[in-house]
Amino acid sequence: MLITHEETRQLDAAANAGRQGAGVHIHRLSKHYGERTVLDDIDLHIAPGEAVAVIGRSGCGKSTLLRLIAGLEQLDDGGLDVEAAADAGKNEGGTRLMFQEARLLPWKSVLDNVALGLKDGAGRARAALATVGLAERADEWPSVLSGGQRQRVALARALVHAPQLLLLDEPLGALDALTRIEMQRLIETLWLRQGFTAVLVTHDVQEALALADRVLVIDGGRIAHDVAVDLPRPRERGSAGFAALERQLLDCVLGAH
Amino acid sequence: MTAAKALDAAAAGASDHGRDAAARTAGVRSDAARPTAGRTAARAGKPARKPVRAQLPHPGRLPLAALAPWALPAALVAFWQIAAHAGWLSSRILPEPWQVLTAFWSLAESGELWGHLRTSLWRAALGFGIGAGLGLLLGLLNGSSRRAETLLDTTLQMVRNIPALALIPLVILWFGIDETAKLFLLAVGVFFPVYLNTFHGIRSADQGLIEMARSYGLSGWALHRDVILPAALPAILVGVRFSLGLVWVLLIVAETISAQSGIGYMTMNAREFLQTDVVLVGILLYALLGKLADPAYR
Repeated sequence: MLITHEETRQLDAAANAGRQGAGVHIHRLSKHYGERTVLDDIDLHIAPGEAVAVIGRSGCGKSTLLRLIAGLEQLDDGGLDVEAAADAGKNEGGTRLMFQEARLLPWKSVLDNVALGLKDGAGRARAALATVGLAERADEWPSVLSGGQRQRVALARALVHAPQLLLLDEPLGALDALTRIEMQRLIETLWLRQGFTAVLVTHDVQEALALADRVLVIDGGRIAHDVAVDLPRPRERGSAGFAALERQLLDCVLGAH
Repeated sequence: MTAAKALDAAAAGASDHGRDAAARTAGVRSDAARPTAGRTAARAGKPARKPVRAQLPHPGRLPLAALAPWALPAALVAFWQIAAHAGWLSSRILPEPWQVLTAFWSLAESGELWGHLRTSLWRAALGFGIGAGLGLLLGLLNGSSRRAETLLDTTLQMVRNIPALALIPLVILWFGIDETAKLFLLAVGVFFPVYLNTFHGIRSADQGLIEMARSYGLSGWALHRDVILPAALPAILVGVRFSLGLVWVLLIVAETISAQSGIGYMTMNAREFLQTDVVLVGILLYALLGKLADPAYR
């Protein structure tokens, strides 16, 4: 993916002011829906600037964990703390969430969608669109964009707030394989450049390995495995180390019952 | 705006469909018109293909297409004129169209008609404004706030089941027989379609979008302006459109309550004197006004 660096310097500068991302501290967290326990006694610490992927079978509670961190759900038990970086005063910062669907407002232009919730944010929104390579589509309606482009707009909308913590809830699940790889590279590039903390929920082991420093496998409402990924970036999918880790993780996901 | 677009698209689809059907019947007819069609299958196939080509948009045919919806009314009027002229219809039952036109002309010339029309239009606009405005406000309130819904919705649903026209005796007792009574009837009738559609539109707004907007820091008025109202707009417009039709129905009845002017008064008055032509002028005016309100909305 080609990104024009000139246009994005301004945005990066804003993000770099709070270079460190937020830390996440979860202590003995539990969540129930009625009788069913979705998350059970979870302990998790995510360092500032770290990229963590959460994988598991569908319905294992990984999305719920993300929504709890985002504050969209109330936890039943335990503690959850998102610790902002110390020098974050100037930034809006905070936590931003990318959903499974792009969730763009169909009655607003691409630019206005990105500038949602900003005061006089047209300039910054344009810069954010340039970061994801969609500067020339700013004045179009979301309905004329492809699925991948919509998710890029959603990514720009999240990044324009210069978040310290970016939560990604299977945002690439609905995209075709090629667009998905493109998006993964884009997210990795932006993460490296802007230094936010990232939590990615996915069911794609390759995606988790391509992006994350650490992969958590959730099963039965608990963190069953916590695997560090020590592969050099950018990561090559064909490499031996990648394949070995992929096999190990797949065994974890499939073997865990 | 989305609703209007969808309606346009649907209308376009329908007219395409109609054209298809026309082409098909034309094809059948051209087949049937050939007594020797059975001789060779290849020959029979040829004329059937022709109308397909005629389906292509042709700039010269556009004005004709615009006039097509008026073909049936025009034919009916022509038949009516012939029937009245031939004496099949008594002028006590249905005066001939020419007579209606003359009555319209003399009413228009004396200025009487315009006075009545102005009164009726003013009543319709004011009644619609009050009723639809309140419907919109309460729909927004109850749609956005569970507490307001708990307090108000049951009451409104009960009142909704009372036909507005059943209130006439009570309304006359309350407000007398002057303007207020008529406006009250119009407003009550118009209120519910707008209220129900607004309420429903807000409740069925995409929860995913609302959740997204909240997580991006929108709340209160900004959330309504940017997300909830645009999402509810198609439903609100359906309510407004329905109400625009309804307001004329209610106006006819409201203007029979001892009015001093208005189209309804003109019609009722003419009935007393068996002026069937003037009665028809009034009825046709209502049809025309209702029809005109429709594109005004679009």
